[in-house]
Amino acid sequence: MTARSKIEARKLDFFYGSKHVLKGLDLACPEKSVTAIIGPSGCGKSTFIRTLNRMNDVVAGTRLAGRILLDGADIHDPEMDPVELRRRVGMVFQKPNPFPKSIFDNVAYGLRINGERRRGRLEEVVEKSLREAALWDEVKDRLRENAFALSGGQQQRLCIARALAVRPEVILFDEPCSAIDPIATARVEDLIQRLKTEYTVVIVTHNMQQAARVSDYTAFLMLGELVEFGDTKTIFTAPVRKMTEEYITGRFG
Amino acid sequence: MIRRKSVAQFLGFWALRLSVWLVLGVLALLLYDIIRRGAGVINWEFLTKPPRRGMTEGGIFPAIFGTLLVTMVTAVLAIPVGMFAAIYLNEYARQNRFTRLIRLSIRNLSGVPSIVYGLFGVILFVNLLKFGTSILSAGLTLGLMTLPWTVTASEESLKTIPAAYREGALALGATKWQAIRTNVLPYALPGMLTGTILGLARAAGETAPIMFTGAAFSLPFLPKSLSDQFMALPYHLYIMATQHHDIAKVRPLAYGTALVLVGMIFGLNLTAVVLRYRLRRRRR
Ligand SMILES: Nc1ncnc2c1ncn2[C@@H]1O[C@H](COP(=O)(O)OP(=O)(O)O)[C@@H](O)[C@H]1O
Ligand SMILES: [Mg+2]
Repeated sequence: MTARSKIEARKLDFFYGSKHVLKGLDLACPEKSVTAIIGPSGCGKSTFIRTLNRMNDVVAGTRLAGRILLDGADIHDPEMDPVELRRRVGMVFQKPNPFPKSIFDNVAYGLRINGERRRGRLEEVVEKSLREAALWDEVKDRLRENAFALSGGQQQRLCIARALAVRPEVILFDEPCSAIDPIATARVEDLIQRLKTEYTVVIVTHNMQQAARVSDYTAFLMLGELVEFGDTKTIFTAPVRKMTEEYITGRFG
Repeated sequence: MIRRKSVAQFLGFWALRLSVWLVLGVLALLLYDIIRRGAGVINWEFLTKPPRRGMTEGGIFPAIFGTLLVTMVTAVLAIPVGMFAAIYLNEYARQNRFTRLIRLSIRNLSGVPSIVYGLFGVILFVNLLKFGTSILSAGLTLGLMTLPWTVTASEESLKTIPAAYREGALALGATKWQAIRTNVLPYALPGMLTGTILGLARAAGETAPIMFTGAAFSLPFLPKSLSDQFMALPYHLYIMATQHHDIAKVRPLAYGTALVLVGMIFGLNLTAVVLRYRLRRRRR
């Protein structure tokens, strides 16, 4: 692989209590590209991407060993502030989770908590982020409305806009389309493809076609172990491991 | 078979309906009786003047005033402390056996009889802290009694806020406190306030906790500071109903007092409902 790695796990182990969920994971996500994480349900995909922005820190009774590097710097270094890390490594969740605020306030949320008060600047960033998330035209006349009034697919794009507004470097998606309809899914996939010109994207999906459509690289996880990693075309056409082939052809999982 | 099932449904339905009627009926009867016998004595003088001639004439203003004042002291203790304790318990404390034990104790405290709080208040506030029999002692005693209710109601309210609001905020680079302040508290507040005000309303009607800690039989003057004794509606009512030397003569005034007390508590509860409704709507 020639591309520079933006965020990578080295010998990563993760435990919920005594349950060993990630086992010696080595995985480097190349910069400004889309990396898909696939694998059967319960194999640790969500756990893995939640370690990348230290979201698991807030879950009691967890333990992590190994290292995660963002631009070569260990994210568990005492100098690395988890709050600042999460601003740099954004996340979009499986279920759209708009806040019960107006559309505008949702997108402006991240800026406001970082101290931005200037109205003009907020408006500018909200518009830019909504445009990037391909939602601007649908909501530009109703920015004051509550975000709950949007459809599921719109809510998910709003959550993407909200994540973009704080200018992260990496965006993590955890099965972003599993709770929305096929048409909305197509739009989100389209969007993810365009994001990679500016951002490094990591997306978890249990939908093989989706991984094939949107990603440049694919990692296949089984029972907390990395089975195979490579560029998406190779993984889907000429996988090295037998297990990978069986999984992507739908023989199990 | 079908007949048996529909008979069972019929009986079950009527059992439920009768229970509701029973509860409402007793309540209606009680209110009707109080209003019928009390409404006649309520007039401007009754609400604004002190009792005269050994309570057989005049009004109940000092008791209204005292109850308002002592309820404010209760609120000052119970609202912030109850809310902060709930926030700590629900958002910050590690969830282990110790916190479960604390939570269980708080639940149990809300079931402790109010006379026990009264006696505890005498020991702690009146004697140990030397606040004397005063509005302060009585208000703090009522505050202690109310705290388990406010903590529990506030925590229940916090629990209804989805974890996704907290995680969503954290994922955008919010600190934990920012996430709680901007994305949890605003939505939990209506429920927290409602529970708290209901607790206050309950405290405002209590006699036992204030009887030994500050409420007076009768006072020639209104209290001038928090370290003065005071008259209170529930205690005044208790005296007129059971302790007076001429119970028959003060009976109408006692009914009037009961009506005012019920009215005040109803007003507090109504405030809670309206407040919750308003805050909910503003957030939508
Ligand atoms: N908070 C948790 N506490 C304990 N076990 C968990 C927790 N979250 C996930 N797990 C377990 O960890 C394993 C991996 O879960 P997850 O990362 O959610 O898998 P995936 O996203 O691939 O479906 C599963 O066996 C799951 O039951
Ligand atoms: Mg998952």
